[in-house]
Amino acid sequence: MSSPENREVAISLRNVTKTFGSIKANNNVSMDIYKGEILSLLGENGSGKTTLMNMLAGIYAPDGGQIFVNGEEAVIRSPQDAFDYQIGMIHQHFKLVDVFSAAENIILGMQGKLKLDKKAILKDIQETVDRYGFEIDLNKKIYEMSVSEKQTVEIIKVLYRGAQILILDEPTAVLTPQETEKLFFVLRAMKDHGRTIVIITHKLQEVLELSDRVAVLRKGEYIGEIETKEATESSLTEMMVGKKVELNIDRTDPVDVKDLVRVEHLTCLNKYGIKALDDVTFTIRAGEILGIAGIAGAGQKELLEAIAGLQKAEPGSSIMYRAIDNNDEIQLLGKDVNDIKNLGISLAFVPEDRLGMGLVGNMGMVGNMLLRSYNEGRGIFTREKEPRQLAEEIKDRLEVSTPNIYTPVRKLSGGNVQKVLVGREISLAPRVLMTAYAVRGLDINTSYTIYNILSEEKQKGVGVVYVGEDLDVLVELCDRILVLCEGKVSGIVDARTTTKEELGVMMTKYSGDHIAKINVAKLLENDEDEEAENEREA
Amino acid sequence: MKEKHKHIKEPLVKLSRRADLDRKHSWSYRALAILAALVVDGIIIMLVVHMNPFDIYSTMFMGAFGTTRKIWVTLKELSLLLLISIALTPAYRMKFWNLGGEGQVLMGAWATAFCMIYLGDKLPSGLLLLVMFVAAIVVGGIWAFIPAVFKAKWGTNETLFTLMMNYVAIQMVAYFIIKWEMPKGSGHVGIINQATQAGWLPYLGSNSYALVVGFVVIVTIGMHVYLKYSKHGYEISVVGESQRTATYVGISVDKVIIRTLILSGGICGFAGWLIVSGSDHTITTTLAGGMGFTGIMVSWLAQFNVIVMILCSLLIVFMGQGASEIATSFGLNEAFGDILTGIIIFFIIGVEFFINYKLHFRKSSGKEEA
Repeated sequence: MSSPENREVAISLRNVTKTFGSIKANNNVSMDIYKGEILSLLGENGSGKTTLMNMLAGIYAPDGGQIFVNGEEAVIRSPQDAFDYQIGMIHQHFKLVDVFSAAENIILGMQGKLKLDKKAILKDIQETVDRYGFEIDLNKKIYEMSVSEKQTVEIIKVLYRGAQILILDEPTAVLTPQETEKLFFVLRAMKDHGRTIVIITHKLQEVLELSDRVAVLRKGEYIGEIETKEATESSLTEMMVGKKVELNIDRTDPVDVKDLVRVEHLTCLNKYGIKALDDVTFTIRAGEILGIAGIAGAGQKELLEAIAGLQKAEPGSSIMYRAIDNNDEIQLLGKDVNDIKNLGISLAFVPEDRLGMGLVGNMGMVGNMLLRSYNEGRGIFTREKEPRQLAEEIKDRLEVSTPNIYTPVRKLSGGNVQKVLVGREISLAPRVLMTAYAVRGLDINTSYTIYNILSEEKQKGVGVVYVGEDLDVLVELCDRILVLCEGKVSGIVDARTTTKEELGVMMTKYSGDHIAKINVAKLLENDEDEEAENEREA
Repeated sequence: MKEKHKHIKEPLVKLSRRADLDRKHSWSYRALAILAALVVDGIIIMLVVHMNPFDIYSTMFMGAFGTTRKIWVTLKELSLLLLISIALTPAYRMKFWNLGGEGQVLMGAWATAFCMIYLGDKLPSGLLLLVMFVAAIVVGGIWAFIPAVFKAKWGTNETLFTLMMNYVAIQMVAYFIIKWEMPKGSGHVGIINQATQAGWLPYLGSNSYALVVGFVVIVTIGMHVYLKYSKHGYEISVVGESQRTATYVGISVDKVIIRTLILSGGICGFAGWLIVSGSDHTITTTLAGGMGFTGIMVSWLAQFNVIVMILCSLLIVFMGQGASEIATSFGLNEAFGDILTGIIIFFIIGVEFFINYKLHFRKSSGKEEA
């Protein structure tokens, strides 16, 4: 890799390592960020991009390695330290005070005189706004703002504090195509003014459109860097997902496969009224593991929750459950968790948020076993013996390491928490077992325990749904893989014949339109800009 | 500017969360805290009023437990405070911050007085007591039901809502006090049914408050069992911990909130009945005497454990009785007793911090210079 001579290094990372428990989020990462460039930090979910940048922003301190800013070693222990080094980060979750105006949020926490001279401050901020071409009303309150406006405030806040290096964490995840284009416009303006920009992303098209250089992380390791003009979508995908890894998951051929749940034309809205799922049709079959692949937020959560009776669907949607014994078909939509249970349908669901949804953190294993069964039996009292026995059984069988079965589960490690949850769910003797990111954050051994449990359930004739993010595992573990992209099914493939590359392309299939839309919007907007400028001059 | 970063100072004290401290240790910490509070109180007594702290302490003790009569009064006060604390507890375990205990008690008392006044000469005494009992529970329950419905259906903030309901209750009772005042123009209701004693909770033998204490013992045990072993109690815990988990397993969060608040308000109403029928035989706007708020403290102090609540309310009632005793015996300002009480409570709450966190002091400064 040859880099032009005139490049000056703004930040160097040398052998930076960060671990959370037994997980290496970043392992010996060494990389450089040059002054005045737009660098894309690319990687799959969980590859350690955000963690790495959080260490520059003072959110985390590295466990090992060094950080150099302008050639001098820097110790960044707090966001304030980061600002002293002129580094500012725009997080995915905005940190703004809702009842304050944009301007008030921008100066919040800054040193100043005792008396606030609002006029002078406003003028000062407005100067920054004009310089980069932001469109924002500084007197508007945050709670009246759209997501994109809030993001703009965050960016101005960082700029106003004099940040030379701006880090943006997945900035386009929450934006419409038009808003994305506006954002790219100001980012380029910032670059023209000599600012350095790092954007964290997993969207290839954006990388190609916006950045000068791409650095790739995979599973916490630094994979390499490439000039954007030399990169193609497929070369980036290969860097991002890597070469085939042998996993040796024992995959048996499905036996006695039957249709179990037919999902047809399923459309769901998220809380903002945007389609989280768009006309999704597929079938869960007994005796099979159906993998679901997609980038984060492509509709996986809504899909599982709709089947579990936790998510409303739009008219025209249908989820039919076929009872194995008598082939009766039952419509699951419009029924809640209890209705489904009372129909005798045993649905097990391991949600993504283990402690916030699947379990009660402050209860022990016994209390958590009761979650699914507390209402069984007559009388007003809960049973004591059965959950205790079940807890003991799961503790022994899955080797849960806990001081005792009454220790609050939030005190257990992530792997043990997951064993408790999965153990409880399979104890329901389910017909359908749905799991969301079942091995996220788990070490290799525990992950394999989970894979084996899923395979066993499949051999028992359960219809298993595995929502995953590691493509290697999806390809090795599942029988069929459904790929979601922006709420739509971009295809259902045979896991035995597909490749990671094929899945990767399908995962961003509809983002193609997205770019086309942006380009159209760009053309329109440029015209408008010119008109506006003409007016101003006139 | 950069200099600062090269020599990062270790902070003087670092905090870390303790892994579970075993029971023996945590209780000995608490005992130490009380001891320390008594020492600090002692110093203040000597410095401010120049008296022997031991005289003061023994007088306080005698004030609460000196005579059979005093013991009964202490027990009654303890029972009422405990009852109100227990009434608030199921809501708190669900993280529904019911600050309306005061109003719910008052409305229960209002319903009780209403029945005594209008039905006192119409119903036989047994039936009258029953009607009063039911009316108090229903009205107290309604007073909590209203904010619960708003919270469940529209997500209104329950702290403000329940707090405001107190003022509505106070104004309503104030209106009826003028309506019922005896004699006219006194601004007081006076003792209701003094001649007939209709609707008065009977005394058992000479132990005048035995029935009140008895009722509270039953409710205490009942609530302990309800929260710990019943299906409802389990639902309350799950909803309090995580509404998403509750929804995930099919618990109807709205239903649990409303049901629990009716229970909470109902028991507050029951407390109002006990106060009017079993103890005061009259109604005033200050009848709950702040117990609706003190009960919040008791409930929190006990970390929503019903059994520990007995100890907490005992402590607070004991201090209150003791404080008024030293005020009368030594001619001290009543506020002085409150200062002593405040210090003890401060230490008791403060020690929880040291039970949950461990302090690490900076090692010698030699390392820094190196």
